[in-house]
Amino acid sequence: MKVRIKFQKYGPMKFIGHLDVMRYFQKAFRRAELDSEYTKGFNPHQVMSFASPLGLGLTSDGEYMDIGLNFSDSPKLMVKKINGVMSEGFKVVGYRILEEPLENVKNVTAMSLVSSSDYMVSLKDGYSLGDMITCIDEFKAAFLKFVESSEIIISKKTKKSEKLVDIKPMISFVAFDEAEYKNKLKDVLLDMPISVDVAPSHVKDADSDGKSGHMKDADSDGKSSYKMDADTDGKSSYKMDADTDGKSSYMMDAESRAEVYDNGIKVYMQLDTGSESNLKPELVIEAFCNANNIEYNPYAWQHHRLEMYTRDDKTKKLISLDRLER
Amino acid sequence: MRKLALSDEILLSVEKPARYIGGEVNMQVKNTKEVDIRFCMCFPDVYEIGMSHLGIQILYDILNRREDTYCERVYSPWVDLDKLMRERSIPLFALESQDPIKEFDFLGITLQYEMCYTNILQILELSQIPIYAKDRSEEDPIVIGGGPCSYNPEPIADFFDFFYIGEGESAYNDILDLYKECKKSGKSRREYLELVAGIEGMYVPALYDVEYNDDHTIKSFRKNTDTAPDRVKKQVEMNLSQAFYPTKPIVPFIKATQDRVVLEIQRGCIRGCRFCQAGMIYRPTRERDVEYLKKCAYEMLKSTGHEEISLSSLSSSDYSRLEELVYFLIDEFGSKGINISLPSLRIDTFSLDVMGKVQDIRKSSLTFAPEAGSQKLRDVINKGLTEDDILKGASAAFNSGWNRVKLYFMMGLPTETEEDIEGIAVLTDKIAREYYDIPKDQRQGKVSIVASTSFFVPKPFTPFQWSRMDTPEEYLYKQKYLRSKINEQLNRKSIKYNWHEAQLSELEGALARGDRRLSKVIYDAYKAGCLYDSWSEHFDYDKWVKAFDDNGIDMSFYNSRERKEEEIFPWDFIDVGVTKAFLLREYKRAKNAAVTPNCRELCYNCGAKSFGGGVCFDGQELDKSSNKSQGTVGGSI
Repeated sequence: MKVRIKFQKYGPMKFIGHLDVMRYFQKAFRRAELDSEYTKGFNPHQVMSFASPLGLGLTSDGEYMDIGLNFSDSPKLMVKKINGVMSEGFKVVGYRILEEPLENVKNVTAMSLVSSSDYMVSLKDGYSLGDMITCIDEFKAAFLKFVESSEIIISKKTKKSEKLVDIKPMISFVAFDEAEYKNKLKDVLLDMPISVDVAPSHVKDADSDGKSGHMKDADSDGKSSYKMDADTDGKSSYKMDADTDGKSSYMMDAESRAEVYDNGIKVYMQLDTGSESNLKPELVIEAFCNANNIEYNPYAWQHHRLEMYTRDDKTKKLISLDRLER
Repeated sequence: MRKLALSDEILLSVEKPARYIGGEVNMQVKNTKEVDIRFCMCFPDVYEIGMSHLGIQILYDILNRREDTYCERVYSPWVDLDKLMRERSIPLFALESQDPIKEFDFLGITLQYEMCYTNILQILELSQIPIYAKDRSEEDPIVIGGGPCSYNPEPIADFFDFFYIGEGESAYNDILDLYKECKKSGKSRREYLELVAGIEGMYVPALYDVEYNDDHTIKSFRKNTDTAPDRVKKQVEMNLSQAFYPTKPIVPFIKATQDRVVLEIQRGCIRGCRFCQAGMIYRPTRERDVEYLKKCAYEMLKSTGHEEISLSSLSSSDYSRLEELVYFLIDEFGSKGINISLPSLRIDTFSLDVMGKVQDIRKSSLTFAPEAGSQKLRDVINKGLTEDDILKGASAAFNSGWNRVKLYFMMGLPTETEEDIEGIAVLTDKIAREYYDIPKDQRQGKVSIVASTSFFVPKPFTPFQWSRMDTPEEYLYKQKYLRSKINEQLNRKSIKYNWHEAQLSELEGALARGDRRLSKVIYDAYKAGCLYDSWSEHFDYDKWVKAFDDNGIDMSFYNSRERKEEEIFPWDFIDVGVTKAFLLREYKRAKNAAVTPNCRELCYNCGAKSFGGGVCFDGQELDKSSNKSQGTVGGSI
C-alpha cells in the first residue's frame, strides 16, 4: 500500500539537504520497524518519493513523501511510532493510507501534481532593509506596491540560457499576517474533500468507470470525513484545523514551526510550484529588493513553506496534498 | 530548541553545514550545569571521517555512562569554515552543547595517523587553547592524546598534557575520579598531571627529559620526578568478550565514510605480519563472545536504522566463530534489506559462498592483499600467504562469477630486489591467466585487475622499526620499473596499476619514528599553512621540507638509516607487552626469510602473554605441551 506522510522540518534541520533527508527517513523507518516495501534486486531500497524537495536553509510545516508499506497499523499509531524515532527538527503531522490506483489508470503520484505552495518569508533579526523600510507597515506598503505592478520581470537562468520572465502571474496572493493569509486561502481552496474528481484530465477513463470502482473499498468509518460520496454533490463537513483521526488517515493539528523574529517583517505568499510553472520565494524577494533599491542579501531572509497543493481540474481550486486520497 | 554556535549566514556559506550542527540520532543530551566534568572527544579530521571511527563511539559511550560527566564531540572544521572562524575569532565548539571547547575540563584527541598532526594544532588554535602544553593556564582544558600514534607520541609531545597509552576502556574512570578529587581539594594543573602519571598507562611528557648524542640519536630518556614511572605500560581491556559496546552509536545526517553498523568481532591479530603495527600493539588477540555480538548486531541495527552491517577486525577469517556469526547475520537480517559487508576475509570456499549470498557478484570486486610480489619477500614480511593460495583463491572466485580483482602490494620492503618487484607484475599476470583458463563460454567478458602499490613505512613496535626506508627517488625508480614490467606481461591490457605518493610516505616515515625535536617542525609547518596533510589536494611537501630545513633537521635522519640494535628509540619507554628482544629476533628472522607461525600454531614468546589472557591462553592444555619447544624456537633465530 502507498502511504502519504506529511512532516515538518525546522530548527537546525534546515541545514540538512534533500538527499540526506531521504537517507534520514529511510533509517528512521527502520528504527521504527515499519514493514516497508523494498525494490527488488541486489541493492534493495525503500520505495519512497518526495514532493518538491525543499532547498537548504528553508524550514517547512508542509513537506510530503509517499512511501510503500506492506502493512500499516492505525494511522494514529503509525504517526506515534515514527515520531518516537525522530530527532528534534523533524515531526510527522499527517499520515494517509492512499487508495489503490484506479483500474486501467496509470498511477500518477500526487508528487508530480504539485501546482502551488504557500510560503512565509521573514526578515531575520540583525539585518536591515535600509532607511525606507524599518517596520512591518512600511514593508507591507512597499511589498503591496511591488506585487500590484502590472508585471514583474526577472531574469531566470536555465541550463542553456538566461531569459526574462514575468513572475507576476505565478504569485496568486500575498498576505501580511496569519488572519489575512487564512482568509485569502479560503477563496482559493476547494472547500470539500475530493478524491476521484481530482484525477487529472489526462488520466484515461477517470470519469467514466473510475468512481464506482474506487468506491467499492471505501472507508465506512464515519470519522474519515475526507471520503466523499462522488455521486452526491453536497458539501461535506471538513475541518481544516482540528485533528482528524480515521481508519485511513490521521491529521495532527500541529503548531507551526516557522521561526519568529522580533522585527516582525514577514510576508505570506502563494506561489506556483511544479513542472509547468515554478517560482521560488527567494526569486520574489530578490525581485522585491531590486525594485526597492535594497541590496539583496540571500542570508537575510528565512523562507518557510506552509503547505503544498494540487489544482482540481474542474473547479480550478486547490487541494492540499494531505487531502488527496490517491 | 538547541541554539547553534554558528550563524545561519556562516552555515549557509560553507560546504556541508550538517558537519557543525550536531543533533544527530543517538546524540547524548545532558544538562551541562548538572555535570562535574565536561569532556570533549576529538577526531582531528573532517566530520565524515571522524564520525566513522569506532573507537570514539566506544569512548563516547563509556564516558557518558558516568552521570557526573558529559562527553561531547568535535571534528576538524573544513578549510572553508576554518577561514571564517579565524576572520571572526569564533572559538571552536563542541557539537552537542555548541559551547566553546576552551570552557571544557578535558579535550581528548585520538591519533589515528601521523598525517593528522597539523590538524591537532588547528583544533587547539581554533579552540583558543595555547598550542604548547607549557603555555596553558589553570583555566585551559587538559589535553589528552590516545590511539595508535600515541605508541610514539614524541613528535607531538610538546602539545599534549598527557597521553593515554593503550585501550580506552580500562583507565578513564581513574583519570576522571582523580580529576574530581583534585578539583575539590584545589590542586593545580601541574599537581594533577603529576598524580595522573601515577595511573598505569599515562604518559606525561613534561615529567621526562631527553638527552641526545652528537649524532642526534637519544643518549638518555629519564623521568624528572618520582611520581612518574620509568616505563609506561600499555592498557589492555582483557574482558573484551562481553565488554561495553556502544549499542546506540550516533547516526550522522550526512553520509559518513562508514555509513553502517560496525561490529568489532575481535581485537588484535594472530598473524604477526612484520610490517604491521596494529598486529603487534594490540596483542594479545582477544575475541568477543559470539552470542554477545549477535545481541549487539540486533540492538545496533534497531537503534540506528542503518542498512548495512560490517564486521571489523584485523583478520576476520581468524575469528573462531566466524561462520556461525556470518550465517546468523545473513539469516536474521538479509531478508530485511540489510547489506552485510565482510572486509579482511581470506578467499576460501566459505567466504566465496558467503559473498555470493550477500553481494552482487557482477558489481563487486574481490580484494587480495599479497603485500609482496615474490614468495621470498612474503616470507620476509611473514605474510602467511603462498602463491598457490592466491591463485587457487582467484580461480575459485572467477569460477563463481567474479571478474574484477583488486590487489594490494607494498614497495620498499626490507631486502627487496628488482626480482621481487618484477614478481608483482608476474603474479598479477598469473591471476589474469587463471581467469582465461576458464572456457570462453563460461566467462563473463574480460577480467579487470587493479594492482595498487603503497610505499612501505617502517613503524615503531614492529620488527622493521630498525629498518631503513627508501628515499622518494628510490621509490619513484621502483614504481617506474614495475610499470615497465607490467607492460611486458601477456595480460597487460587487463591490468591497471595505481601507486601512492612517495613524498607523503616520506613525511609519514619521519613522523612515525620521529623524536621530540619534531614538535617544532610540526608547529612551523602548521604556521606556514600545512593542514589536512592526508588529503592529497592539501598536502604541501615544499612547506614541510622548509620547516625541516629551518630547524636544521633532516628527514633522512629518521628514514634513510639502518638503526643500530642497541639504539634507544624515542618510544622505548612504552611497554606494549611485546618485547624489544622479540621484535629484534623477528627482524633477524625476516632477513633470513624465516616464517614465524601464528599465535594459534605456536607461541614465540613475544611478551604479550604477560597480560594474562586472550589467545595466549586459548586451549591451555595444548599450550602446556608445546611450552618446552617454545624456548628453543624463540632462542634459535
